[in-house]
Amino acid sequence: MEYTNEMKIQFINKSSNEGFARVSVAAFVSQLDVTVEDLSDIKTAVSEAVTNAIVHGYENLKGFVTVECKINGDTVEIIVRDCGHGIADIEKARQPLYTSRPELERSGMGFTVMETFMDEVTVTSALGRGTTVIMRKTMLSM
Amino acid sequence: MRTKLDINGEVIIVRLDDELDHHLVAQIRQQIDEKVLQGSVRKIVFDFTKVGFMDSSGIGIIMGRYKLMQAVGGEVTAFGFSSQLDKLITMSGIKKIIKIYSVEKDAVERGVK
Repeated sequence: MEYTNEMKIQFINKSSNEGFARVSVAAFVSQLDVTVEDLSDIKTAVSEAVTNAIVHGYENLKGFVTVECKINGDTVEIIVRDCGHGIADIEKARQPLYTSRPELERSGMGFTVMETFMDEVTVTSALGRGTTVIMRKTMLSM
Repeated sequence: MRTKLDINGEVIIVRLDDELDHHLVAQIRQQIDEKVLQGSVRKIVFDFTKVGFMDSSGIGIIMGRYKLMQAVGGEVTAFGFSSQLDKLITMSGIKKIIKIYSVEKDAVERGVK
């Protein structure tokens, strides 16, 4: 597919980079005619995906998280990728309120938030190789 | 961008600030729990008026404090959600377990057992 514009950022799995990631994506997406609500939805979804990569992808190991953002017309595609542990059971991980790390007080709402705030969410994962989350959202024209 | 705790007798008001994500939550959770575990707190009130962004980590911290206060016989309320935050709060179902108010006075004074 031919995209109108694309960007890619990479950072280590420090929790302070969660803000960096969502603000970077928001700044990039802002070149579209985007509503405040759509922008807020995208920031929230990116924050969830990146937090998952940081908290669950690598746990206590150091690793890189990659965020790509592609624009095609009014549609934004965001890809969040880690090369960490991978998810054993994606269906289970996507269930509302499920968390593999209850001691961290994760609400278990991460995937549910991504699914609610974006139009489409695809998750692929391989144990020992990492997880990729692809999210798409089409902006309603103002 | 430092979260401030206003302690007034048995009530702690948590003045959240900035962007409430997993990074910030990890820091303030400990601040709040230390005060609660010292013994005299009966109510935690979350002030969201200055929160510009929140993800599900914000839901996690409210749910966690709700469980903690249930264990010690206290309660949790919150106020000051913008329309952006309200979308997340509504979908989370958290309104079924804690009372959300629009103004501080109500969140602090109402529902005291």
